[in-house]
Amino acid sequence: MAIEKDMPLKSILFFFTFLIISGCGQSEQQMPLSQNTTEFSSSSGWLSWWAVLAYFLIFAGLLRLWVRVRSRRLLIENARLEQKLNERTEALSTALDSLRQAQSQLIQAEKMASLGELTAGIAHEIQNPLNFVNNFSEINTELIGDINKCLEEGNISEARNLLKDIELNMGKITFHGKRADTIVKGMLLHSRASSGQKTPTVLNDLADEYLRLSYHGLRAKDKSFNARFVMDFDEKTGDLMLVQQDIGRVFLNLFNNAFYAVTEKKKRMPEGYEPTVTVTTKRKKDSVEIRIRDNGQGIPKKVIAKIYQPFFTTKPAGQGTGLGLSLSYDIVTKDHGGKIDVITKENEFTEFIVELPVLPAE
Amino acid sequence: MKILVVDDERDIQQLFEQRFRKEIKNGEFEFVFTFSAPEAIQYLNRIQHEVVLILSDINMPGMSGFELLSEIKKKFKTPPPIVMMITAYGDDEKHRQAIELGADDFLTKPLDFHILKTKLKSLE
Repeated sequence: MAIEKDMPLKSILFFFTFLIISGCGQSEQQMPLSQNTTEFSSSSGWLSWWAVLAYFLIFAGLLRLWVRVRSRRLLIENARLEQKLNERTEALSTALDSLRQAQSQLIQAEKMASLGELTAGIAHEIQNPLNFVNNFSEINTELIGDINKCLEEGNISEARNLLKDIELNMGKITFHGKRADTIVKGMLLHSRASSGQKTPTVLNDLADEYLRLSYHGLRAKDKSFNARFVMDFDEKTGDLMLVQQDIGRVFLNLFNNAFYAVTEKKKRMPEGYEPTVTVTTKRKKDSVEIRIRDNGQGIPKKVIAKIYQPFFTTKPAGQGTGLGLSLSYDIVTKDHGGKIDVITKENEFTEFIVELPVLPAE
Repeated sequence: MKILVVDDERDIQQLFEQRFRKEIKNGEFEFVFTFSAPEAIQYLNRIQHEVVLILSDINMPGMSGFELLSEIKKKFKTPPPIVMMITAYGDDEKHRQAIELGADDFLTKPLDFHILKTKLKSLE
């Protein structure tokens, strides 16, 4: 295209160069005929100085015209390219917005999935304390009737015994009522967006609560699921400044993964294998270490480097969003300044080690 | 009638003893409590012939109520004790699974002791 566009210009330039050179040559040839005159011969009018000047002016005009045409073409091309660029930038921006939206939806889906598991576990957890609250309340109502009879009969000692039973039962009602309250609060905390606010938290209690919720949630989802869990907590862990529902989410994810690993191994080795998940806490100098160990299928070497990548999962499609460990990693390291590490041996065990700093007392 | 109750919730013992106070006092029922499935099997291995009825929770850590049920039906046949499963869920699927495994009845939490008493008295 460039060559074709420049061809007219080159032709014009060549033509005028030829004319100028020819005109100068003719002028030089004419000089000997008439050295004392400044007039040119009328037979070479098309090469006279005014003609050359005219040619030059025409050339200049054509050149200017060509430059203007080219400039206009360049401007149009520029505008077209700019528009194309803007369109692509807009398309990329739209794609980025869609990706961000999809990411947030997946994160929300991950939250809802874990919330769904929690809900099932919580339904079980709540019906147990409700069983005691309802029944001990009914018992006390009956006992009050019995006490009235005893008083009418003058049987004071029996009435006193029954009052002791009422007192014991009231203690159970209060205990199990508070237990149900804690369960509901835990569920609400999990469903709310994280406030990001750190509060003093007894880590052992948080681990205990979420381990049970994970266990019962999985039992609710999969009737064949069964595993042993062991808790070995250091009493000296004390209070840590944590965003409770975020660390709870980390625990839930790690416990769910551990139970999944042992369940998968159980499917392959039904005889003689006891699926076990062990949770230990230990107070160190400036931190608290939590170890979540399972005797499951382990993590293959080729995969270990990717486990914290968003959307990476080894579970079959539809069974996991691949965001659990990625979110957990961010919560522990970025939000809490802690560390998360893993040691594993394929077909033998996996152990996640979470270390959370203990902030110095003010 | 000797009844074995299997549940990991320890307060179940006080609940049953309160709810069946009169029946226990007049010797109508005798309750024995174990807090895990393996513990229940150990007890049955010792004095199985005395136990007429087993009330078992389904969701227990380690060995579940359904696994206990399978074990009971396999090992303790003469005479086979009556087994009622108790669970917090109460859905049709769990009911069906319990019946398929040989459970004689199915109860849901929160327990309605009026219904339980009626069922137990009908077995006497």
